[in-house]
Amino acid sequence: MSIGTYILVSLVKIVLALLILLTAVAYTTLLERKVVAHIQNRWGPSRVGPFGIWQPLADGLKFIFKEDLTPPYVNKPLYMLAPIIALTTALTSIAVIPIGPWIRLGSVNTPLQITDINIGLLVILGVTSVGVYGVALAGWSSNSKYSMLGGLRASAQMISYEIALGLSLIGVLIYAGSFSLSDIVNSQAGVWFGFIPKWNIFKGQFVAFFIYIMAAYAETNRIPFDLPEAETELVAGYHTEYSSMKFAMFFMAEYANMVTVACLASILFLGGWSGPVFGPPIVQSLLPVFWFAVRVFAFMFIYIWVRGTLPRFRYDQLMAFGWKFLLPLAIANIVVTAFVVAVK
Amino acid sequence: MIPVATTFFFYFLAVLAIGSAIAVITQRNPVHAALALIVTLLALAGFYLMLYAPFVAGVQIVLYAGGIMVLFLFVIMLVNLEQNIREYQFNKQWLVGTIVALALGGLLLFVYRTGRGTFPTVFYQGYRGLEGDNTQQIGLALYGQYMLPFEIASLLLLVAIVGAVVMAKKRI
Amino acid sequence: MPQNYVPIFIFALVAFLVAAGTVALCALVRPKNPFKTKLMPYECGITPFDNARGRYTVRFYIVAILFVVFDVETIFLFPWAVQFKLLGLFGLLEMMIFLGILIVGYIWIWKKGALEWV
Repeated sequence: MSIGTYILVSLVKIVLALLILLTAVAYTTLLERKVVAHIQNRWGPSRVGPFGIWQPLADGLKFIFKEDLTPPYVNKPLYMLAPIIALTTALTSIAVIPIGPWIRLGSVNTPLQITDINIGLLVILGVTSVGVYGVALAGWSSNSKYSMLGGLRASAQMISYEIALGLSLIGVLIYAGSFSLSDIVNSQAGVWFGFIPKWNIFKGQFVAFFIYIMAAYAETNRIPFDLPEAETELVAGYHTEYSSMKFAMFFMAEYANMVTVACLASILFLGGWSGPVFGPPIVQSLLPVFWFAVRVFAFMFIYIWVRGTLPRFRYDQLMAFGWKFLLPLAIANIVVTAFVVAVK
Repeated sequence: MIPVATTFFFYFLAVLAIGSAIAVITQRNPVHAALALIVTLLALAGFYLMLYAPFVAGVQIVLYAGGIMVLFLFVIMLVNLEQNIREYQFNKQWLVGTIVALALGGLLLFVYRTGRGTFPTVFYQGYRGLEGDNTQQIGLALYGQYMLPFEIASLLLLVAIVGAVVMAKKRI
Repeated sequence: MPQNYVPIFIFALVAFLVAAGTVALCALVRPKNPFKTKLMPYECGITPFDNARGRYTVRFYIVAILFVVFDVETIFLFPWAVQFKLLGLFGLLEMMIFLGILIVGYIWIWKKGALEWV
């Protein structure tokens, strides 16, 4: 494949991925409002279009046209930069996530991910680590006590759970033998006894799956770990002094992180895009994408379900959970997995 | 595939790294300086990628830009430096500093001029085949040949933990 | 090949342009009506007093340092996990020693109370 074709194909994939991701983020807000509403026995948004379909569009227009109050004593460059950093890192994690196997479009043979690099998992961890800066800088630059404290607490929470997140991936790596996400999915192909799929969650990584989900909920600042942005606690935490579009960007970043976490969980623990494939070749190449989307949607639904059900942790309970429970559990999981694989 | 635009990326990353390094030492606001340092570290990660060492680039981003710089930022944010920014910055040792910097620069230039023949002019072709295995190669080397430094590193981490807690916990 | 990373770089650039462009675009269409009371930092209805960038507890600093140390440990675990089958029993034992030393450190900080209300 020549350089020109490679760049062109990459650009097409980038544009498509960004469009799909931004639409998914917008409609996740609608999904969340509807699901939480039904859990609370009421309708969600239902006026703006059938079943409230155009609600995200209305919200977006509102955010664009709303007045942006910039308090006078903020650190202007950092105040502007913080939501941009948060959104950029949240969007960039999608770059290495594969949604399907290699497909052939005419003469072009390309994987269904932006690029197939062999340290995919490390890139995602790195981008998540840089995303902490968006939160910390937002809190600091706003020059308000609530923002400062909210930003410090939120970033301390995010870095504490990053350790548990990283450690829970080690078990998966022992089984897969590679950082590349496509390789990890391919190592989960096949079935035992004809019907139990060889997903990592059935290969003994159930505890790691649990740790990963808990750490991911804390990384994305969602209930039950969303104290830094709860209204009754610190007003609104690090985004107290933000309004209109910058505020919307923080929320887009949060939902984009949720989507990334859901994609990663389905790749690492639930077999990625594996599923029954049948039909003519064009359907055969798109069916894995459908199975992947089913898994991601299930994860988002569980995210929102948990949000509607659980109360939130107090901050010291939150940090104690991350440092005193998840960390030793993750290390124990690594040790046990290592010995089990060594014995085999 | 032939590497394309290597020269462009090299100069782009070099300008970015040097520019943000200069910004680190010239910015008055310490948070701006920390951000400029983060940009320098990311440019260095780009260099590691160009040198066919993707694992090192990833570790640079995860650890350095995403861990150590967070630590720096926490410390800068915990210490209120507002009045320090507006104070007059004076430095009584600027003459000695300039002389030492010139001497160091002269030494580096001398080393480069005399040792220029030993720098490779062509990229070592043998690395092409190993690029896909950077993580694996590091794994085999670190836990095979360099096992003792690895265990010593764990002791170093233990010392770091103990030192940090002792220093910070005078009275919680 | 390093060429594979160029699309990520382009992607990050496009994402940054999307984010920055959205902010810039919205600055063109929104109304602008600042006056003093509206712009004051929020402090639950009272007039703000004291500097926002005061002094905060040292616990955040301890969390950051412990995060760096345990992150380094996680990074050491990555190439070991990837090469697990090749390194065999010897690699397993040396990694257990490494983890053991760090667990000793972890238990120490737990007992010392550095993780209390961290």
